[in-house]
Amino acid sequence: MNRHAIWAIYRVEMARTVRTLLQSVVSPVISTSLYFVVFGAAIGSRIDQIDGVSYGAFIVPGLIMLSLLTQSISNASFGIYFPKFVGTIYELLSAPVSYLEIVIAYVGAAATKSTAIGLIILATSSLFVPLHIEHPFWMLAFLILTAVTFSLFGFIIGIWAGTFEQLQLVPLLIVTPLTFLGGSFYSIDMLPGIWRTITLFSPVVYLVSGFRWAFFGKADVSLGLSLGMTLAFLFACVAVIAWIFRTGYRLRT
Amino acid sequence: MQPAIAISGVSKTYASGFNALKSVDLDIKHGEIFALLGPNGAGKTTLISIVCGIVNRSSGTVSVNGNDIDRDYRMARSLIGLVPQELTVESFETVRSALTFSRGLFGKPANPALIEQILKDLSLWDKRDAKIITLSGGMKRRVMIGKALAHEPKILFLDEPSAGVDVELRQDMWAMVRRLRESGVTIILTTHYIEEAEEMADRVGVINRGEIVLVENKEELMRKLGRKQLRLELRHPLDAVPQALAGYGLELSADGGTLTYTYDNQSERPGVASLLRDLVTEGIAFRDLDTLNSSLEEIFVNLVRKAS
Ligand SMILES: Nc1ncnc2c1ncn2[C@@H]1O[C@H](COP(=O)(O)OP(=O)(O)O)[C@@H](O)[C@H]1O
Ligand SMILES: [Mg+2]
Repeated sequence: MNRHAIWAIYRVEMARTVRTLLQSVVSPVISTSLYFVVFGAAIGSRIDQIDGVSYGAFIVPGLIMLSLLTQSISNASFGIYFPKFVGTIYELLSAPVSYLEIVIAYVGAAATKSTAIGLIILATSSLFVPLHIEHPFWMLAFLILTAVTFSLFGFIIGIWAGTFEQLQLVPLLIVTPLTFLGGSFYSIDMLPGIWRTITLFSPVVYLVSGFRWAFFGKADVSLGLSLGMTLAFLFACVAVIAWIFRTGYRLRT
Repeated sequence: MQPAIAISGVSKTYASGFNALKSVDLDIKHGEIFALLGPNGAGKTTLISIVCGIVNRSSGTVSVNGNDIDRDYRMARSLIGLVPQELTVESFETVRSALTFSRGLFGKPANPALIEQILKDLSLWDKRDAKIITLSGGMKRRVMIGKALAHEPKILFLDEPSAGVDVELRQDMWAMVRRLRESGVTIILTTHYIEEAEEMADRVGVINRGEIVLVENKEELMRKLGRKQLRLELRHPLDAVPQALAGYGLELSADGGTLTYTYDNQSERPGVASLLRDLVTEGIAFRDLDTLNSSLEEIFVNLVRKAS
């Protein structure tokens, strides 16, 4: 294991986060606060409770997930796309590092950052609504698992993307709709029949549901299913990455 | 001993269908400075990129110090430092952190003293905490050299090292290359400047259209380079070169009308003046004469033309 290489990449990636502290941390905090103002206060005042939880508190897990997904994907995709774009990838390709080490370093850095942002949003939320977390361990486990899974997904997008437009395309066209259909702001029981069925195809449903269970002890789908689907998506991403590195897809000509 | 780099039957066809390398065989010896000389588009960068693991080859094998670049890629790659042709640097990093990163990436533990020494050798020490984006092109090139040296490679590739480089950096760079060679580092540089190959290399390989057309010691090339020919058009054809002129190694054309005298700078053969004197003594008259100066440039152009 080339520990020095993993650490070198990880440090550079984290240094970029620190350099762009304002947009990487402050902006999710601001947008979360806005969600609370709009959804929690304006809409929430018309919705009493969902599953015995106040609407303001109910949306906290979904909001964290929303940021976690977008942050994981954008961090990881940018992290590997950027060296491709400016050409510094040559150094990575010529270095004595294994694929596993590259993935650990980039995905690890992206996941660290998005997990931190998730926790910051959690802290921000607690300023708006009283929060009690039923299963803190599982909450953290889902947080990290999701961060890692979607950082892997972002890594794939970063390797696939040939232009900055493409880099934005997947988050815009797929991830945002999936998140909104993923029960972030409502219980999927509240949807009409056909939509309910459609949302069950969104992996985000399972993430949010599991995460919400960790908070309130109640969920749309069972914990086992949540965990299983998340892990399945994780392994799918790992498989794609393994294939990418084996074939040199979009990395080596 | 195994060669520093052994390239055998390496060819490359890009996805576009373009055949950039055609079964290249090449051995690089330990501790030498090897110049890969060829016109733009000859395949120099492609070959280097394959050895360094940046481009996949279509066929053939490459080993570095006996380590196969696929099977023993860690060992092979950790021996190599690469300064690529294009200026590509992480703009927002500082100079020192860029070198520290490269060293770590190649699996070496941090060594601030060594990084300091490299930065000083490259006249970058004053700029150590500057963001790379604020540096001039020449300075960025120095940073790239520093990055390549940060993990103390045993083999250094310099791809078109003097492209767009000012005189000062060129001199610094060559001084550094010589120092590295003295410390046992093998150096491979690519260039399309003949003077550069002449000035720096121990051996020169000429590549054209994806084929190695010549590999030779520089001295050998220099001999060819220094070679001159004097051609004499005779008034009256000769049947044979007269005995008295045997010491000159003259060549007589088939029709007996032209005498060619080949001599070079280092040669022991008597000079042109004495030949002309001896011709007069022998009563051989000539109508015209001209001299040919065969330079490396000419050899190169000939080779390249022949191959195409
Ligand atoms: N990614 C690529 N796809 C297709 N053709 C390429 C690619 N890279 C280089 N080539 C072609 O291969 C040939 C050799 O290129 P290169 O190795 O860069 O030459 P050199 O370094 O000797 O100038 C050129 O004709 C170039 O256009
Ligand atoms: Mg080139």
